[in-house]
Formats: sequence, C-alpha cells, structure tokens
Amino acid sequence: MTGLSVRDLRVVFDGFVALDGVDLEVPEGDVRFVIGPNGAGKTTMIDAITGLVKATGHVGFDGQDLLGRKVHRIARLGIGRTFQTAAVFEELTVLQNLDIAAGWGRRAVSLLRARRGVPPEVGKALETVRLSAVRDQPAGTLAHGQKQWLEIGMLLVQDARLLLLDEPVAGMSHDERDATGELLGVLSRDRTVLVIEHDMDFLRRYARTVTVMHAGKVLSEGSVAEVQADPRVQEVYLGRGAS
Amino acid sequence: MSPRLRTFAGFGITALLLFAVAPLVLGDFRLGLLAKYLCFAIVAVGIGLAWGRGGMLALGQGVFFGLGGYAMAMHLKLADAGPGELPDFMTLYGQLDALPWWWAPFANPVFALLATVLLPMLVALLLGLLIFRRRVRGAYFAILSQALAAAFAILLIGQQGTTGGTNGLTDIQGFFGYDLNDPVNRRMIYFIIATALLLMLLAAWQLMRSRYGELLVAVRDAEERVRFLGYDPANVKLVAYVVAAGMAGLAGALFVPAVGIISPALIGVVPSIEFVIGVAVGGRASLAGPAIGAIAVAWAKTALSERVPSAWTYFEGLLFVLPIVFLPGGIASLVRLRRRRTAEAPAAPALEKVPS
Repeated sequence: MTGLSVRDLRVVFDGFVALDGVDLEVPEGDVRFVIGPNGAGKTTMIDAITGLVKATGHVGFDGQDLLGRKVHRIARLGIGRTFQTAAVFEELTVLQNLDIAAGWGRRAVSLLRARRGVPPEVGKALETVRLSAVRDQPAGTLAHGQKQWLEIGMLLVQDARLLLLDEPVAGMSHDERDATGELLGVLSRDRTVLVIEHDMDFLRRYARTVTVMHAGKVLSEGSVAEVQADPRVQEVYLGRGAS
Repeated sequence: MSPRLRTFAGFGITALLLFAVAPLVLGDFRLGLLAKYLCFAIVAVGIGLAWGRGGMLALGQGVFFGLGGYAMAMHLKLADAGPGELPDFMTLYGQLDALPWWWAPFANPVFALLATVLLPMLVALLLGLLIFRRRVRGAYFAILSQALAAAFAILLIGQQGTTGGTNGLTDIQGFFGYDLNDPVNRRMIYFIIATALLLMLLAAWQLMRSRYGELLVAVRDAEERVRFLGYDPANVKLVAYVVAAGMAGLAGALFVPAVGIISPALIGVVPSIEFVIGVAVGGRASLAGPAIGAIAVAWAKTALSERVPSAWTYFEGLLFVLPIVFLPGGIASLVRLRRRRTAEAPAAPALEKVPS
C-alpha cells in the first residue's frame, strides 16, 4: 500500500517506554491529525519515523522500510518534518533557506557556483507559503508564523511526499491559523500530511482523520466526530475541556 | 556601490597594496617580514572558511602548515645537497649512511610541490572522515585538533636523525635554482607569496558566495536541521576542513623559502593558536578579516617583541579574549557597522556568537 504504515513501533529511553507498540496507517493524500495529552509520545513518534531516535517495529512509506536508516537517507526518501520551535537558518535569507532545502541532489559543480535567480520550484514554494514579499530578508527577522510557513515551504521544495508537522499553529494568531489551515488543504493534494496539534478548534476545521494517543499507545482513531464520541477519548483528553 | 563592484574594488586595492605599494615603501628586511606575515594570512583565509563559515574551531592548523613546510624543505635540502648526497644535518649527526626511503620521492620537484598541498589535504580528509562522521564538534573538535598539533611536533622532535629534531630543517640556500641569499630572489619569493594569497582569497570568495557557502553556514548554525533536508553535514564540513588544510599546507611551503627554516616550534601548539588569534581579531566570518587580522597580529608580535620581549605573551592572551567578548565579528565587523549606518543594507551572513 502507499502512504505511511507504522506497526508495533516501540521507543524506550533508559527504561522509560515512550512508545509502546504504536500502529498507524495513514493513506496517501490524507490529512491526519495526531492528538493526545503531553507525554503521549506524539513527537517521539515523528522522531522515530525520521530516524532521530532509535526504535523497533516497522515503519514503511511507499514500500520503503524506514527504520534503521540514517536521518538524511530517510529525508531523501521524501519524508520531511517541521519542529515545534521553528528551525530555520536564521542568518540566511528566506530565499537561501528554500534554495538549500531544494539542493541535496545537486551536483558538486552546481554547488560551487553562486545561485543565479530563483529556481522555479523555489519560486512556486514562495508563492504557496506567501513569503514572496520577504524573500530577501534574513529568516531570523521573520514573525513566528512566517517561520513556520518557511519550514513548510522548505518541505515543498525538498519535494517531500510525507509531511510531518509538529504543532504548526502553536503561537499563531487567528488569521495565521486560517492561512495555515488552507495551506494544509493545498499540501494534501499530492502529499500525505500528518499533523501533531493541541488546538481543538483548528483540528475540527481542518482534520480529515484523527488519531488519539495516550501513554505511548494509540487510543482511538477515526473521523473527528467518531473520535469525539469515543468515551475513552473523552476520559483522557477531550473530556477535560472540549466536550 | 553594488556588492559586486565593492568586491572587485577590494581585490584591486589589495593587489595594488601588495604588488606596488609594499615593495616600494618597505626595505628588503621589512618586505621579508611581510612575506612571512602573508604566509600566516594564507593559513588564516583557510581558518576563516572552516571556523568562520563552518563553525569548526581548527586549533591545529600547524599540522597542515608543517606538512606543507616540511615537504618543501625536504626537497630544498635535497636540492641544496646535490644529487646522491645526504642533507647536511644527516651527516652531521652521523647516524645515517643512506637516505631514508620516505625522503627519496621528495627529490623530485613535481612530487614535492604537489605534496606540499595534497599531503595536508589527504591527512585532513582521513582525519575529517573519522572526526565528523563520529559527530565530534565544538570544544571537543578544538581540543582534538590542538592535541594533533602537539603530537605532530613531538613526533618531529623525536626523529632527530631524519627530521632535524628540535632544530628542524634549517639553513636552506636555494629555491629551484635561485639563490635565496640574493635580495632580488627574495623579492621574487615575496611576489609569489602575495600572488598565492590573492588566489586563495579569490578561491575563498567563490566558495563563500556559492551555494556550498550558504550550505556551510546552514551547517554551522543548525547542523541537525540540515540532516532533515537530506544532507550529510559531515561531508559539508569535510570539504571546508580539507580546503583549509590545503591552504595551510601551501602557506607552510611558501614560508620555507621566505624564512629559510621550518621547525617544530613553528608548527606546534603555540603557532597553531596564534593562527586562530589572528582570525579572531580580524573577524572570522568575513572574507578579508582573517587575512588582515593575521597580518596585524604577526606585525604586532614583531613590533612588541622588538621593544618589550616579555610582554608579548600577555598581549597575545588579551588579543584572544577581547575580540571574542567585545567584538565577536572582529575588525571586519567595524567596517560592516559603518556601512550599515550609511545604508540600511541586509548584512552578509555574520557570526555574532561563539559556536558551542
């Protein structure tokens, strides 16, 4: 099958079980939200998929086995991620950030030349994430929301087919959230998107499917309505405020 | 002025200073000193690339400077001695009746010249593969490279019979057929060194403005982030480290005819630190800063040592601490500050903090 397939994923830190046998299927083109209380293992799951932490079990994407590969090899298979606190190259301009993201496959000769103009995929990404106006500014001077968009833009030029977004709208204003939500819709046209999110309002509006995690396990899965109706979910998570 | 025009003007002025003003203004003795400083400047250009742009605090460039210097000096000693003869110091200590096997290839001028640059690069490549693949960085990288400089100097000292030990390779008379005692030929050496410095600055300029240069800054500032974009940062750093080693080797090779000696005291821990001090004073992330800083510090060392010999060490310590605390961008950042005040232009990728 295509899309992301996670089976029996386990991560143990010094005896602490962070992920305790997670199973997850995200079909191609889905916008899957992963929610859960703090410490449920959401970010750890992304870390395991992208090779940052050691894990056992099985992670597959488009028929490729991911576990055990190095971080940069996994990235080359078309898996891209963002971070809770936006990680952009602050001293480089927006354009330079995007150009670097587009470049792991470049040959040595082209690396040793200066960039001339704007590569087409970079120009397209600038439009998509609405940063054309600030493309020559250092990324460090961008507003918080713009940095998150820049990261998403970097995933676009990287040509990632699986996007793992870690709390992309945390700290964003209302308008920025709406813009990000629309962006998710655009992204999912030819990509698979997995979003970790705490914002319930944002989730209701933009999630196609939802996975609820708790204590390193998948607790519930389904549409937003199905998940909200699940009594176990209400008990550990939604019950405390949203229902 | 556009940045491009400014760069060309900068290169033009540098060339004018090096090729016209300095030879006219300075006497033979001072010009000889300047030739020596320019060698340090070539090392500094490489350190600027590795440290300023790549975040690798290379505290052991003396190793590569020494490899280049010894490769050149071995050839010149063999040439001085004449075909089939042993270099003077070998017969002097009387331990050897035949040339050691690893000396033999250096009799060939082409081999020796290539070795001055390629040998340091090869060593840097092997070291770099071990160091960067294992993700050694920051202070650990600095300590490791410093230890290598110490080890290399000790190794050379221990091999009195084949390397000249503490004395090093001294009293070099000729340079590919030219008599080094002739002031005209010493002047020629100066011009060769000045040309080399200009070429190295050009090479560093191209590397810094290239896509690779942007990538190197990205690796310096967020090494882990770069992995998620599909790059192996170890390879990115390796290129800068190897290039810096090649520049240090070239500088060492040119130092030998300029000064007439290479010895462990010139390539060990202390000189390795002095290379870095020059770069820190000048501004490690800029193009011209490291070269200017290296020349300024070497000049200050001579000037101060001529007057108050004991004070230099303390002054040197201050020179390392003060720029890092108060002026992390070095002399170069003063220029940039002025420029920014006159025109609100976006700054070039500069460095405002010491890499952890």
